[in-house]
Amino acid sequence: MPKPFTPKVLTASRLMEGEVAYFDGKIWVPLLAEAKLFLNENEAEDALAAAKARPDLFVGPYLVDAHNGEDGVEPAHFREAFRTTGPSNYFHGKQAERS
Amino acid sequence: MYSYSEFDKDFITERNKQFRGQVARRIDGSLTEDEFKPLRLMNGLYLQLHAYMLRIAIPYGTLNSAKMRQLAMIAKRWDKGYGHFTTRQNIQFNWPKLGDVPDILDALAEVDMHAIQTSGNCIRNVTADHFAGAAADEIEDPRPVAELLRQWSTDHPEFAFLPRKFKIAITGSPNDRAVTKAHDIGLRMVRNEEGAPGFEVIVGGGLGRTPMIGQVIRDFLPKADLLPYVEAILQVYNLLGRRDNKYKARIKITVHENGIETIRDMVEERFGILREEFGGADQALLGEIEAAFAPPQFKTADTSEFENRLNSDPMFRSFADTNLTEHKNSDHAIVSVSLKKHGATPGDATANQMRVLADMAERYGHDELRISHEQNVILPHVHKSDIPAVYDALRAADLATANIGLISDIIACPGMDYCALATARSIPIAQEIASRFDELKLEHEIGPMKIKISGCINACGHHHVGHIGILGLDRAGVENYQITLGGDGSEAAAVGERAGPGFTADELMPALERLIDAYLDIRATDEEPFIDTVRRVGLSPFKAALYPSEAIAAE
Repeated sequence: MPKPFTPKVLTASRLMEGEVAYFDGKIWVPLLAEAKLFLNENEAEDALAAAKARPDLFVGPYLVDAHNGEDGVEPAHFREAFRTTGPSNYFHGKQAERS
Repeated sequence: MYSYSEFDKDFITERNKQFRGQVARRIDGSLTEDEFKPLRLMNGLYLQLHAYMLRIAIPYGTLNSAKMRQLAMIAKRWDKGYGHFTTRQNIQFNWPKLGDVPDILDALAEVDMHAIQTSGNCIRNVTADHFAGAAADEIEDPRPVAELLRQWSTDHPEFAFLPRKFKIAITGSPNDRAVTKAHDIGLRMVRNEEGAPGFEVIVGGGLGRTPMIGQVIRDFLPKADLLPYVEAILQVYNLLGRRDNKYKARIKITVHENGIETIRDMVEERFGILREEFGGADQALLGEIEAAFAPPQFKTADTSEFENRLNSDPMFRSFADTNLTEHKNSDHAIVSVSLKKHGATPGDATANQMRVLADMAERYGHDELRISHEQNVILPHVHKSDIPAVYDALRAADLATANIGLISDIIACPGMDYCALATARSIPIAQEIASRFDELKLEHEIGPMKIKISGCINACGHHHVGHIGILGLDRAGVENYQITLGGDGSEAAAVGERAGPGFTADELMPALERLIDAYLDIRATDEEPFIDTVRRVGLSPFKAALYPSEAIAAE
């Protein structure tokens, strides 16, 4: 039996900087919290295909598990949590841009 | 130091021009990522977790002040003001922008550097003993041979698509500081019965998911036969190496599956043919290269200032005790500069620190610098009378941590703070261990200790050969750390044994403290190093310390 679909976000790296980006349903945004949480598999796959069709903007788009939290969409796994902040040894990356 | 010939310069210029065109075509959309990825990787450009990463080769770990200053310039101008020195004697910049990379490569070419073959299934940067040319125990400086191997392997058409990546390490000393037994080919200089220098050739070592200690394929290979013999090994591997399964494609598996005897017979047969074909052309080239590595003119001067400072300044004495190594010229010393300040990121240096190191090399060190696989920087030739001045300048730049070879001198890969392959973080673990044992003021009492941390099974952090190895894994969505004990990267190489179930990040530090307490308790004398105690008593008492509740349950 196929695995039931779990809610997902669409993410990729931006071509020019390699920066992590998320799809909010219309445009690509830097914050996971603002990403669109896909509840429908076909809709998610369509968005992924559209991102793959724009290699001039994005590298390596993929769908990954997430869920709704208090402050918007939250990652399901620690790897994705690190992608939303940046490294833990320096205040670089998204955490620095946000502040 | 070897300087690029016109041939080398033209080659790099041409390659950089090609890559500039490839980047432009990627940006304007005429190349897809699938088309571009192998091209960028051939030029050392990775896409990591948060940004691109550029890996630049530092052949056999040797730099001069001009190169180090250029790295500092690149760090400042195109990155975030620092660089990360790796366990393969490379430097990585963690934040370059795609559009800037062609300019960075041009800046590197200005100082005879490049990022070619720092990725892909080719022969990678040849690594060497970081004390090469300076060590008192050395038979010969291995770097001319390393440079010969670099020239031969760079853009070698036959070896551009090997079954898997291929790493060669070389040492000119019987004491192996280059972890030669954990490389695809390890070359250890030895003398034969007549006293002539040659190499013990080791093949099929490697870490990663299937760690193996290399096997001796030739006890003694005359120096002059090195290149045809290495080429013979590569040819046999290229033919036999498995291309059906990435995880079985390294030469260690080829040797394991076919047996060392079969590999040896095949290599010897090819070698017989190749030796004739080479016809000594490589030796003429080696002769030219050797001239570029002539030892510096060592000065003679009074060393009493050094002695006085040793006797009057305990901080200086502590630095001298841990960070100086015997030089072949007894009025000189090898100065190891620790990039492991307690709580800092192992292997990271700021642009300012790089400039200070360049200044020290230029002023006091015959313009030579080395990067060690242990992620430190070496000033290989410093006259003892200059060491106080060097120490003062290092101290002012936060570079005088006296911890070489101690528990806080930790190797750590970038882990999940940067690396797209990682399964857990390594850097914060290293930071915590170093800070904690500094706080406890136990570091010097513990003595020689090599902790090595990898953030995934690929083992860039060499955890298998750590006296204490730590492997970070993802266990059901939580970072989990496995401990191995008794590994050794020296001439007595050994793969560490897993102690038991892993620990969460929170459990790890207390577990390590229990482990160290047990060692201090059971060592035969205050001088018995941890690794010797492990060899003497085995793992049981250490397992009991790591897993006390199980020990109680078993009673």
